[in-house]
Amino acid sequence: MKVFMLGWEFPPFISGGLGTACYGLTKAMDQLGIKIDFVLPRTVESEYSTHVELLTPGSTQAKAYLKYKGFKNVTFLAINSTLRPYETAGACRQYAGKISAGKQQIPGGSAGSTGRMDCSGDICTVVHRYAEAASNLAQGEQFDIVHAHDWMTYPAGIAVAAMSGKPLVVHVHSTEFDRSGEHVNQIIYDIEREGMHTADKVIAVSHMTRNIIIARYGVAEDKVEVVYNAVEQNDEEAILSNQTGIKKGEKIVLFLGRITMQKGPEYFLQAAKKVLEFMDNVKFVIAGAGDMMHQIIEMAVELGIGHKVLFTGFLCETDVEKAFEMADLYVMPSVSEPFGIAALEALNHDVPVLISKQSGVSEILRHVLKVDFWDTDETANKMVSVLKNPPLQMTLREHGDLEVRKLRWQYAAEKCAKIYEELTVTV
Amino acid sequence: MASVCFYFQVHQPYRLRHYTIFDNNGLYFDDHKNESICRKVASKCYLPANRLMLDLIKKYEGRFKIAYSITGVLLEQLERYCPEVIETFKELAKTGCVEFLAETYHHSLSFLYSRNEFFEQVYKHIETIERLFGQRPRVFRNTELIYNNDLAATIEEMAEFDGIIAEGADHILGYRSPNFIYQPPNCENTKLLLKNYKLSDDIAFRFSNRSWSEWPLRADKFAGWINQINGNGNVCNLFMDYETFGEHQWHDTGVFDFLQQLPEEILKHPDNDFKTPSESLKAYSAVGTFDVPHTISWADMERDLSAWLGNKMQSSAIDTLYRLEGRIKQCEDARLLEDWRKLQTSDHFYYMCTKWFNDGDVHKYFNPYDSPYDSYINFMNVLDNLNYRCSKILAQQEMVSSPAALQEEVAAV
Repeated sequence: MKVFMLGWEFPPFISGGLGTACYGLTKAMDQLGIKIDFVLPRTVESEYSTHVELLTPGSTQAKAYLKYKGFKNVTFLAINSTLRPYETAGACRQYAGKISAGKQQIPGGSAGSTGRMDCSGDICTVVHRYAEAASNLAQGEQFDIVHAHDWMTYPAGIAVAAMSGKPLVVHVHSTEFDRSGEHVNQIIYDIEREGMHTADKVIAVSHMTRNIIIARYGVAEDKVEVVYNAVEQNDEEAILSNQTGIKKGEKIVLFLGRITMQKGPEYFLQAAKKVLEFMDNVKFVIAGAGDMMHQIIEMAVELGIGHKVLFTGFLCETDVEKAFEMADLYVMPSVSEPFGIAALEALNHDVPVLISKQSGVSEILRHVLKVDFWDTDETANKMVSVLKNPPLQMTLREHGDLEVRKLRWQYAAEKCAKIYEELTVTV
Repeated sequence: MASVCFYFQVHQPYRLRHYTIFDNNGLYFDDHKNESICRKVASKCYLPANRLMLDLIKKYEGRFKIAYSITGVLLEQLERYCPEVIETFKELAKTGCVEFLAETYHHSLSFLYSRNEFFEQVYKHIETIERLFGQRPRVFRNTELIYNNDLAATIEEMAEFDGIIAEGADHILGYRSPNFIYQPPNCENTKLLLKNYKLSDDIAFRFSNRSWSEWPLRADKFAGWINQINGNGNVCNLFMDYETFGEHQWHDTGVFDFLQQLPEEILKHPDNDFKTPSESLKAYSAVGTFDVPHTISWADMERDLSAWLGNKMQSSAIDTLYRLEGRIKQCEDARLLEDWRKLQTSDHFYYMCTKWFNDGDVHKYFNPYDSPYDSYINFMNVLDNLNYRCSKILAQQEMVSSPAALQEEVAAV
């Protein structure tokens, strides 16, 4: 079995959950012995040479090989620099600059939104150029199935599948409705819809997402399967350096994710305000960046809790580790979260977790606290209880640790493998 | 001779309402939910089952006998929401074929935490049973059949009872059979009735389980199993929740028909009869010692305390609760005391159990909360408010008793 897989980002060049998920999934597939050609747009240069080895471009001009340590059966194909996304518009150029500066590591974010800037038209051009380049690449390869991750790669998936006659699987990590609420970008919606309808099988990261796919995109129920994300076991102990702005004995409540509408940062602040009416020795850390950053900083000030809220901006991977090590509670008040890998990462770091019921990950986690994102009274109620009652923290940690150990990428990879088998048998 | 000894546990807790940090009134209990559950269980179980028991007692002219242990907290709720259930229990009491057992009024774990509180609750229950049903209980059953040698010694010392109901736990009995009367070590006047958990659970848990090899269970088959006890046992103790009939096992499973046919099938064998717990204790003497240094109960496979005290939330919640005892009693405030006691009902701690949370089985069925964490958070918020009320009353007492404060107050006026 060989898979031609189309991605948009891959660690360490990631802006959120998509890259993390692709990494975890392909690594587990690699261990199952599934051969993969993984196609990526090449956006970043060799400063990450510790993680990635960039091989000299191969036979075709548009092709470069990225070499990742620990992968045996996966070949990474980078679509060459002629195809840098985000280059066409000013705002996007800035964004791309940030990516290459390596500051975009925000777990919990969904990379899908990277395309949702002022320049979606231009992004679409890029997406179609990616599709073209990918199908050129595919011509030189032998494979049994095409697997495309999120809307940016759907046109490429459709093109490659059409050209090769192989079945297409599209993997939905997020939909336009999660990212934009009801104000969907029609162009992106159309691309998503076409991908889902053309695909032989649609993989959703949760039942919540599956329901959206069925209800909002009109995809037949029996075509959509749920494959939950997982998390890599964390065995390393991060060393806590001296932090500024946080006194000893102060509790830390952590928000970690892009500061966008989808992630519900304003609900976090409203709940924080209410918590501070009951206790004082607590700080609220908002780690990440996003289009609502400015608005959220102002909101904190308006609520009169500016001195209790710390903004970290983008965090790189090691800083994310530190943030988790410091936290007494991780809160993910997402308005619409297809999955929410960051909740698993928090559990992996022994941090008690409070998530919104409007998240895919809440379907599989039981040893966490759950609230409706809009119910800031209940969010505050639960925050205070965790911070004031060590036995609650301990029980959540103890059981959360056991629970997260059972969520392994291996199971996700096995489920994908089963889907591949079914599709290749019938074809 | 094989005597069948039925005892049914009848209990409903006062469920808490959703209580957050923003609440600061003393209204902790969800009256609406408690009323609707009481009414529902009354119509599905208590009323039809009581009617059936009355019919059977009349039909067999005193040869069919049963026992109940009804908690004080349920009796209160029934008096308030479904007095007709109390009336039918009274009718049952008048037949002379029904025995009422004693337990802690609030279905609490007080034996493990406060001996004084334990005595007060047991006497409150005895008095309630006497008032309602005209008989003073002679047999004691502790909450969830929680039992150890210490409980036996305590009951012996009370000199109120002839015996105690306990779980026929395998790890204590070993090769011995639960179908005999036993005695606790170093007790003269207290004997033990041990639950035959296999036959009890055949009715209580497995009755409607279609994947069980004995399904469907009919009265004649069950009576056959009882007959086998003849010659190697004296008494078969069938102890279970009364809610088995119509609530845990729904009416359409045929559980009422089973019960209706059972006396006839059992009494077909000339050596069989029905006895109440007190009669069993009188009729048979103890065959051996049942030595329980470590606490047992009738819950889960473990038959231990882990369903109520298995995790840190549970032990911290109950510790905090009982640590309030001194201050609560110092307040001499009847409502405060009553609220504190209602919080002692073991169900509140059962809801916090994480033991089976992964498998989502029987615990979930009885749990009004989405998660054990939610129940802990709710309980601790209530406890926080209770503590606050307590402090307020004590502060007022201080004011009154201290002349200096009085003078200040007078001066202020």
